[in-house]
Amino acid sequence: MTLLEVAGVSKTFPGVRALDDVSFALQPGEVHALVGENGAGKSTLIKVLTGVYQPDDGAVRYRGEPVSFGTPLDAQRAGISTIYQEVNLVPLMSVARNLFLGREPRNALGLVDERRMNREAADVLTRYGVRTDVRRQLGTLALGAQQMVALARAVMVDAKVVIMDEPTSSLEPREVETLFGVIRDLHAQGIGIVYVSHRLDELYQICDRVTILRDGRVVHTGPLEELERIRLVSLMLGRDMAEVRREGVTGFTGEHEVQGAQPVLRAAGLRNRHKLHGVDLAVRPGEVVGLGGLLGAGRSETLKAIGGALPLDEGTVEVAGAPLRRRTSVGAVKAGIALLPEDRKAEGIVPSLSVRENIALAVLPRLSRLGLVSEKKIDTIVERFMTRLRIKASSPHQRVGDLSGGNQQKVLLARLLATAPKVLLLDEPTRGIDVGAKAEVQALVDELAAEGLGVVLVSSDAEELIEGADRVVVLRDGVVVGTLDGADVSTEGLLRTIAAASSAAASAATQEEAS
Amino acid sequence: MTQDVTVPPIAPPPESALRDERRADRLDRIVGTVQRQGALAVLVLVAAIGFAAFPNFRSLANAETILISAAPLALIALGMTFVIITGGIDLSVGSLYVLGGVVAAYASQWGVLAAFLAPLLLCGAFGVVNGVLVAYTRMAPFIVTLAALLGARGLMRALSNEGSETYLVRSEAFRAFGSGEFLGLAYPVWLALALFAGGAVLLGRTRFGASVYAIGGSEDAARLMGVAVRRTQVNVYVLSGLLAGLAGAVNAARLGSGVTVIGVGVELDAIAAVVIGGTLLTGGAGTVAGTIAGVLLLGVIQNLINQVGSVNISWQQVISGAFLAVVVVVQTYLTRLRRIQ
Ligand SMILES: Nc1ncnc2c1ncn2[C@@H]1O[C@H](COP(=O)(O)OP(=O)(O)OP(=O)(O)O)[C@@H](O)[C@H]1O
Ligand SMILES: [Mg+2]
Repeated sequence: MTLLEVAGVSKTFPGVRALDDVSFALQPGEVHALVGENGAGKSTLIKVLTGVYQPDDGAVRYRGEPVSFGTPLDAQRAGISTIYQEVNLVPLMSVARNLFLGREPRNALGLVDERRMNREAADVLTRYGVRTDVRRQLGTLALGAQQMVALARAVMVDAKVVIMDEPTSSLEPREVETLFGVIRDLHAQGIGIVYVSHRLDELYQICDRVTILRDGRVVHTGPLEELERIRLVSLMLGRDMAEVRREGVTGFTGEHEVQGAQPVLRAAGLRNRHKLHGVDLAVRPGEVVGLGGLLGAGRSETLKAIGGALPLDEGTVEVAGAPLRRRTSVGAVKAGIALLPEDRKAEGIVPSLSVRENIALAVLPRLSRLGLVSEKKIDTIVERFMTRLRIKASSPHQRVGDLSGGNQQKVLLARLLATAPKVLLLDEPTRGIDVGAKAEVQALVDELAAEGLGVVLVSSDAEELIEGADRVVVLRDGVVVGTLDGADVSTEGLLRTIAAASSAAASAATQEEAS
Repeated sequence: MTQDVTVPPIAPPPESALRDERRADRLDRIVGTVQRQGALAVLVLVAAIGFAAFPNFRSLANAETILISAAPLALIALGMTFVIITGGIDLSVGSLYVLGGVVAAYASQWGVLAAFLAPLLLCGAFGVVNGVLVAYTRMAPFIVTLAALLGARGLMRALSNEGSETYLVRSEAFRAFGSGEFLGLAYPVWLALALFAGGAVLLGRTRFGASVYAIGGSEDAARLMGVAVRRTQVNVYVLSGLLAGLAGAVNAARLGSGVTVIGVGVELDAIAAVVIGGTLLTGGAGTVAGTIAGVLLLGVIQNLINQVGSVNISWQQVISGAFLAVVVVVQTYLTRLRRIQ
């Protein structure tokens, strides 16, 4: 019997037909991949399935019965657990409160039994590798840990269906393994899973079937095994296989021409009490330097420190030979440093403003002369970024908050690139972005480097790091443990350096114990 | 109900990472405590200064005066705490407070029960309207409750003949509630204490309370997590309306009449007390205990200024305002500190 099914569902937003006659069926015990470009309608389909939106047309059937969930709560009660793409949890509430919201354990008087709740929360979360005081505010945890809390919350209840909208976009490889373990377990219990991701490797590892959406329509559905990867991409993008094949894995072209010997960015002796212990970094104009390392190595922290978003105990940052005096985000921006932070929700875009206004905000300082701005110039820039990054919006005047998750990311990226900085610090620049646009972003980074920018790149996607970077600086526990140059810039080289550093650290630790 | 999910074993993180986690846990706890208990500490400090400097402040009678005059504001601020934690605001409580007093005094001719029920029903109804408009039309709470403020004030004027008629409390029992004492504390103070205890349990120990925090923290997330957002919103505005009406009744019982010329700006005092008590004006965090400390702090400041005597009473507002400004700045700083680490 089909577990969850929609037939002929349509959903229209002002100016967009987000879903157009979509049919989709989930069988018990299958992991069903839902893929498509940014703005294809994946999240909208999920929201229609779970009662967040009501479909304009078509029917939803759950375990054979026609249903119409009025709210997400109705869907949850019926046994459909969902991890939504953007907001999932309440940052100001404690970890335990988030985990148990709406199903807190209660004592005989009907009052919330806080002690039991905290104990159970701690028990559950240790199994997911989250070791923290569960009374802490959720918002103070690392993004990956927050996502694991959302996962634990979704899986804790007796669900028949678990839906995951891009669960891995902020996870580290180790956390992804945990997630996959959970999925395999659910699978074995006969629970149906809908899985959305832009990371194709993951789909082939974990999914049985696939449904591909393009512009709100289903263009393919069937077993995943039989579908060649390149064909999957061509179906998603609506382009020829040959064309897709020619474009290769990433949009990077390889080596960059390094211009001049003077570094455009020089950071020396960056120290932050817990996170960084003396990191040095130099980037010349036209160079893309990658930062490699494992979770907690201090990659994001290094970027934040340079960008003024992490307070430093010691260390200097120079841009084109001039030291930064004010160590704040504003000071860094003024000096020509642009930072794309890891946590995109907290900062960056203004959701209530339009795409055009968001990009304009970033370019105004550069374009305005005597306080006057040429509207036409702004239009040209907005137009260029929208086509280049394939920002899918009904018009430049659409509210950014109404765009799909990936398209919001692209607007954020466009804003950053439009500021014309001297140094670009990119933390996971292609997170949540579809394969087609990913190559565009990478090509754009290449172009900017060719124009003489210095780029520092952090990516948990090894391919992106290796192909994008001319040099990879490997970090471990907040110190530089090696640099890969030229031909050494390869996955093997990276792994070797990390492993060597680990064993060195391990032997150092044993020596310390022995003495 | 928990599903048995076996998760593959995870390599333990390095010792340094664990140490960092523990340090972060500790810092978070300290900052959280300062956020919650800051107002109490300041209250103790200010009271200690009063104790040392003013002999009259030290008397038991003075302490009672502070408590009894703080009781109506305390009730209003209790309801406001719930509203603000959901991320809303209720500007109508000042008008409802006056309206409640007038209606209570008028209804006292039918006995003490009527004197309590009439303002509760009327002000509760205003709360329902506020709540429904906020929850279902998604209009800004600021606008909705501003309209209710004007509406309630108009109604009060209509009932009291343009404010010129003052109804006297006719019920002896009702008047006795306002002036009587039990174990040395006035009845209204006992009422406020009981309701605060109830409020603390409601906010901290029930699922309703959890929904209140969740909505203020992130309305979208709360909805997706299955919180009944609209119902909760309606409930907090009803609660706020009821408590404002009750505060009016208490005040009428104490004064023996439904005074029409008080209550201007009481909503702002209540908001100030709540925020000084550590509740975030943006919603999502705060406690009932903090609100008590905030209300008492305002009361003690006022009392101390009366002790000085020579100082103009207007200075009370200046000082309260300064406190508010300092609290907001410190709150912002502490919230950022929690975020950055
Ligand atoms: N609330 C809304 N108001 C207006 N338009 C919307 C709204 N939500 C989604 N859309 C539009 O519907 C389309 C589909 O969006 P959806 O979020 O389903 O995409 P998606 O496939 O999940 O993309 P992504 O991979 O970026 O998450 C987009 O064009 C988006 O702009
Ligand atoms: Mg989406």
